[in-house]
Amino acid sequence: MGQDIKVIVFKLANEEYGIEVEKVQTIERILPITRVPKTFSFVKGVINLRGVVIPVIDLRGRFGLPEADFTEQSRIIIVTAEDLEVGFIVDSANDVMDLNTDIIDAPPEVVGGIKAKYLDGVARVSEERLLIMLNLSEVLNRSEIIQLESIEG
Amino acid sequence: MDMNQYLSMFLDESNDHLQSLNEKMLELEDNPEDISIVQIIFRSAHTLKGMAATMGFEDLASLTHQMENVLDLVRNDKLKMQDFIFDTLFKSLDALQSMVQDIANGGEGKEDVTSIVSSLQAIVRGENPLEQPSASSSNVEPTMTTAAIQLDEFQYSVLEQSISEGHKVSYIEVAIRRDCQLKAVRAYMVFDLLERFGEVIKSSPSVQDIEQDKFDYSFSLYYITQQDDAELEQMILNLSEIERASVVALDAETLKQVSQEVSTQAAAAVEAPEIPKEKTSVAMEIDKTTVPVKTDSNANAPQAKKAAANTPSRTIRVDIERLDVLMNLFSELLIDRVRLEQLAGEVKRADLTETVEHMSRVSTDLQNIVLKLRMVQIDTVFNRFPRMVRDLAKTLNKKIDLVIEGADTELDRTVIDEIGDPLVHLLRNAVDHGVESTEDRLAAGKSDTGTVLLKAFHSGNHVFIEIQDDGYGVNRDKVLAKAVKNSVVTAEQASSYTDDEVAQLLFAAGFSTADTISDISGRGVGLDVVKSKIESLGGTVVISSKWGQGTKFSVQLPLTLSIISAMLIQIGSEKYAIPLSSIVETGLIERNQIRSVHGYNMVSYRNSHIPLLSLAQIFGVPDFDEEAEEETEIVVIRKGDRLAALSVQEFIGQNEIVIKNLGKYLPSIQGIAGATILGDGQVALIIDPNTFIK
Repeated sequence: MGQDIKVIVFKLANEEYGIEVEKVQTIERILPITRVPKTFSFVKGVINLRGVVIPVIDLRGRFGLPEADFTEQSRIIIVTAEDLEVGFIVDSANDVMDLNTDIIDAPPEVVGGIKAKYLDGVARVSEERLLIMLNLSEVLNRSEIIQLESIEG
Repeated sequence: MDMNQYLSMFLDESNDHLQSLNEKMLELEDNPEDISIVQIIFRSAHTLKGMAATMGFEDLASLTHQMENVLDLVRNDKLKMQDFIFDTLFKSLDALQSMVQDIANGGEGKEDVTSIVSSLQAIVRGENPLEQPSASSSNVEPTMTTAAIQLDEFQYSVLEQSISEGHKVSYIEVAIRRDCQLKAVRAYMVFDLLERFGEVIKSSPSVQDIEQDKFDYSFSLYYITQQDDAELEQMILNLSEIERASVVALDAETLKQVSQEVSTQAAAAVEAPEIPKEKTSVAMEIDKTTVPVKTDSNANAPQAKKAAANTPSRTIRVDIERLDVLMNLFSELLIDRVRLEQLAGEVKRADLTETVEHMSRVSTDLQNIVLKLRMVQIDTVFNRFPRMVRDLAKTLNKKIDLVIEGADTELDRTVIDEIGDPLVHLLRNAVDHGVESTEDRLAAGKSDTGTVLLKAFHSGNHVFIEIQDDGYGVNRDKVLAKAVKNSVVTAEQASSYTDDEVAQLLFAAGFSTADTISDISGRGVGLDVVKSKIESLGGTVVISSKWGQGTKFSVQLPLTLSIISAMLIQIGSEKYAIPLSSIVETGLIERNQIRSVHGYNMVSYRNSHIPLLSLAQIFGVPDFDEEAEEETEIVVIRKGDRLAALSVQEFIGQNEIVIKNLGKYLPSIQGIAGATILGDGQVALIIDPNTFIK
């Protein structure tokens, strides 16, 4: 018997993703972002979230998806994991869903162009609707990014 | 009563008192004749004793009590301060310190202090066998037991002050029934009861004697309280096996009479029991007709204690997290302020504009205060060093002067908490290895007293702490020989090293050149640990040394979370802050003045040429094209004695800014020291000019 969990559902390109609600601090509309020079290309900059400076990363860029302009629907999801605070820019975020961990399957090799290691699994919410569960600590893993950057550079 | 909520307060205050005891003891060591210092020490010790007893830390209280006995003699000119007394007192302070530490770590503050206690008692006895203070005397004569109490000057002044501050002072006599089996227990119950509602200033016989059953079924005491006399009397009588109790309120007049009366009576001390009581009751009747007994009914026992301790506190302690919250809330308020100002500008109503302007001014003041709250003077770290250096010097048989400069330099609390240990290490190093022994110093033609200079100052967005001694200096050959032997460097490399480079080798892991290993420093671990600790704080440490003249350790620390003055500049749509302390001046140059030398841009500045760096280029600012301008604003910055110019688009103005870090996620970025939040809520990056000058 699996556990019941609550997840925040957000959209990136055509896929729906889920993050456990405990790891999400707040969801904000797009705030003024200050560019930070000489850093990873997917780091859009830093924002002032109620007095705390928080870096924001474009999740599209992080997953190697083509970047898109911000829209009215764009949101910044502030997540906390392993005492890192980071904002994710996503295309939209407007749903909270109850899930049972039983319906989460191990991730296939590649989902929507994202490597399996960034994923905890795929939740089959209904016949047509799949929810990709993010593995936050892998997404925020810096040592891997640094390697990645040095290969690209 | 739940003591836990008072525990942290107790610990803080105890540490304060111990600190001031240490300082004053050092001061006293320099001026052993100055009784006023002894008075301060005595008061601190007394307060500490009271607090410890209240919190139930008996060992702590009893050790302080023994110290008090010694100090009491000194204070009353019955004992001259001497070296061994200082040493014993310092030892007691150390013991107290470790007990407090133990309590802080969740222990009970118990420690075996019998040897210290006995040497303290020996001082009291050995030096002045005839003039033992009555409080610690163990052989009070039975006839004295119910005698009135002789107050010493301090106790008298405490009582006097309490009266003048509106507390009730009472003289209480209690007699226990003759058939009582455990009179000490009954007496203890009375004291316990009294302590709950006020403070016992002095009792006769002393509390110790009563506890040890050395009294004759009755005792008397002076007491500060807010309780009503009759009520108090009734409460005491309610305890079982109490034969009679009398409570007599005193005012300033009667107190004076009584104490005079008593001191003359005490000399005779024959039929003392009745006399003081009569006197006081008479005095009290007079008192009732003339001056009504005045008390502030809201004041309670703790306040009475505070008054008695005579140490009005000017500070409060606040959890640092609350300050963080305060700061963040305030930043939000600022954003709203800017918005309000905009709205008021649009609405154009005079009274609204006026109100908003006033609010702006108030919030500017508020901002200054909020920002300064987190800053702590480095003195809180430095103040324990004089004592430490004294002890070390004594152990090593060296003469050392510790000179402290810039103790008022302010540092963020977070840095203060971390920097203590590395500094201790460097100071120990300076005292142990830096300064020579007295004979060596004299042989080298130096004065016999070595000097260790500890200096703190702000420069740029850094704080520098320097530890400089006038001792041996780094022995190049010895260090190199050792370095080659430990294969830190090769022999070929070694010969090409400059003296300063040689000195840095001391930071290599496992490096110690001390010929003999002492227990003070020099176990071969140390300087490398210091270095890594300082680096983990984002700082650096370098050694500079001249053989025969001494060594200087310079520690450079960032002001991770503090406030600095900065120049705000704009490049394209981006705003940056440059710490004012690195700026020499700002100026305007025409682009055709820029010379290219070896592929570097140079500009002439005060008869020399300095490199010109384009911030827009360095940071890759997307929406600003410098080349299109005819003139360009420059900021001349300085690191040490080297200068460089940064070209910017526009100056916005000066501002006090709070340095915030960019979050743990981002790796450190060259040229960026952190971020700050501007008045309009936007984040601006803070430039670290030091990285532009190599």
